[in-house]
Amino acid sequence: MAKTMFEKIWEQHIVAEPEGQPALIYIDLHLVHEVTSPQAFEALRITNRKVRRPDLTISTVDHNLPTDDTRNEDIKDPIARVQVDTLRQNCKDTGVVLYDIDSAAQGIVHVIGPEQGYTQPGMTIVCGDSHTSTHGAFGSLAFGIGTSEVEHVLATQTLRQAKPKTMEVRFNGELKQGVTAKDMILAAIGKVGTAGWTGYVVEYTGDAIKKLDMAGRMTVCNMTIEGGARAGLIAPDDTTFDWMKGRKFVPKGDDFDAAVAEWRELASDEDAEYDELLEIDCDTLEPHVSWGTNPGQVAKITDRVPSPDDFEDPADVSSAEHALEYMGLTGGTSIEDIEIDRVFIGSCTNARIEDLRSASLIVKGRTVASSVRAQIMPGSTLTKMLAEKEGLDTIFKDAGFEWRESGCSMCLGMNPDILVPGERCASTSNRNFEGRQGKGGRTHLVSPEMAAAAAIEGHFVDVRDWETD
Amino acid sequence: MEKFTKLTSIVAPLDRANVDTDQIIPKQFLKRIERTGFGEFAFFDWRYLEDGVPNPDFILNEDRYSTANILVGGRNFGSGSSREHAPWALMEMGYKAIIATSFADIFRNNCMQNGLLPVILSESEVDTIMARALRGSGYKVTVDLDTQTVTDDQGLSAKFDVDPFRKNSLLEGLDDVGITMSLGEAIDSFEEKRTARW
Repeated sequence: MAKTMFEKIWEQHIVAEPEGQPALIYIDLHLVHEVTSPQAFEALRITNRKVRRPDLTISTVDHNLPTDDTRNEDIKDPIARVQVDTLRQNCKDTGVVLYDIDSAAQGIVHVIGPEQGYTQPGMTIVCGDSHTSTHGAFGSLAFGIGTSEVEHVLATQTLRQAKPKTMEVRFNGELKQGVTAKDMILAAIGKVGTAGWTGYVVEYTGDAIKKLDMAGRMTVCNMTIEGGARAGLIAPDDTTFDWMKGRKFVPKGDDFDAAVAEWRELASDEDAEYDELLEIDCDTLEPHVSWGTNPGQVAKITDRVPSPDDFEDPADVSSAEHALEYMGLTGGTSIEDIEIDRVFIGSCTNARIEDLRSASLIVKGRTVASSVRAQIMPGSTLTKMLAEKEGLDTIFKDAGFEWRESGCSMCLGMNPDILVPGERCASTSNRNFEGRQGKGGRTHLVSPEMAAAAAIEGHFVDVRDWETD
Repeated sequence: MEKFTKLTSIVAPLDRANVDTDQIIPKQFLKRIERTGFGEFAFFDWRYLEDGVPNPDFILNEDRYSTANILVGGRNFGSGSSREHAPWALMEMGYKAIIATSFADIFRNNCMQNGLLPVILSESEVDTIMARALRGSGYKVTVDLDTQTVTDDQGLSAKFDVDPFRKNSLLEGLDDVGITMSLGEAIDSFEEKRTARW
């Protein structure tokens, strides 16, 4: 019988399916960070259980780290410091590798997994972080879990999962200059809403997906959770294998060729059936900007902010009212007229080297508007070093951007990088929830190119009209 | 894990769609390394004014809901991050069951892992409970996991679905890890095959 990629990976990982219980699935790679793991390690200690496979578990510190020049000092916030120190001690006690603050491999967990070559096609990958869906860009089944499930995976290297349904999200056509992977996923979530994919695993297909580079594919898969699906998948192909080749933990030589041959088999069979299909036309796709307080509340750059009466469902009307009030926006305002105070280029969605290169092309030779504070937090220390080697830091700094250290930073503001109440930010991150970037802060989700252009002009602009060298 | 069997309680209404985990427990409170200490910070930005006094306009601060153990919410409750701190915070606030038309997947899993029962009812049933909870005070429902029903004394009788495995774990207060450890042999033999392949 023809199978989808999801079904192939799922079946390869079933450890047991006892009568009347959800399947027990083997986990190939467990990523750990400081925020969602301390209670899991503590529970193991209390129950006298061991980490079953420290060799399949890796960890880093990303959420709490300062990104300024105090980075290598002790973290000032005493509670954050204890959390980071706790991970250090837990890794030492259990033999789990830790990419600490002084390691070049340190970075946002969903950036370093692929960067170091841990993330590979056909794997099952989990992390106590909802954006684990990112790794699906390589054709791995990857999803976020809570702390109790982190404990379960640490102790057993397995997870109990009810089998989700499948949905094909097909991006037809070709992206125009200035339109990006971020716009594809924002448009898709705008269409289905933040719960549209609940209960599904999404597979992204279509010509526009095939043409995306790996960073773009990771952006799309990263935001799968914003549509309610825990995992998003893209079939691995030559783009994937070329990107992976030579990375530290990717098989080498003949082993690589053998692995590639196996990975090619993962793609969904031609006549495989999905439970649902959603199609999106990329020929007419425009840059998108979120206007509200969830990632489904988006508009095209050429649109206006909607009014509550534009919606039919009473819950949507009420959501729009709340969102407009919180965002300090009036229905009917042109998106291009929204002025911003801050720009954040960073996060597991859009802080890879490819993202920084794209943004640098927009910025090169220009100056950040005097009313704007613009910051770049590279996705990993290695990304930062590579960008500096390419001279991207100089381009950004010359334009007036702050060039910072890596970490989750202002995506969720667990570290000192936050918005103050009322500040409006063009952000390349993934969530525009109330208070996400700081209490009272107002987040607009955009692509790196759109964020960079907004930094220069002080308001949103249509980056398709932008002239670059 | 705490058992959940049957609960009769006042219902607190939170009539908003897409209540996300950043609202339930904002990020500045995720730094603790314990499972406790989150309750006082639940819904922090809605619940307190600038100077830290309770916001009188936030409905869950009203006296009539102060003893509620059941929360009724809008659709897609718990969307957003995987933070289990969200159910921990809600439980410390006193909630033992949440009724809504839909929940975000990770949040729902996290609730189940802690004995906080997520109950999915139809839109009309949730609307009924929401309206009755908003009207007057002292409105109670009974959530019975064994019979999978939600009832009140005004004629409401609603059935809900729950995965049989999760239901049993909740009724008995069973530890998931312990159940899986009993399948140790299956994991061992899977790993042997896996090692041979990799």
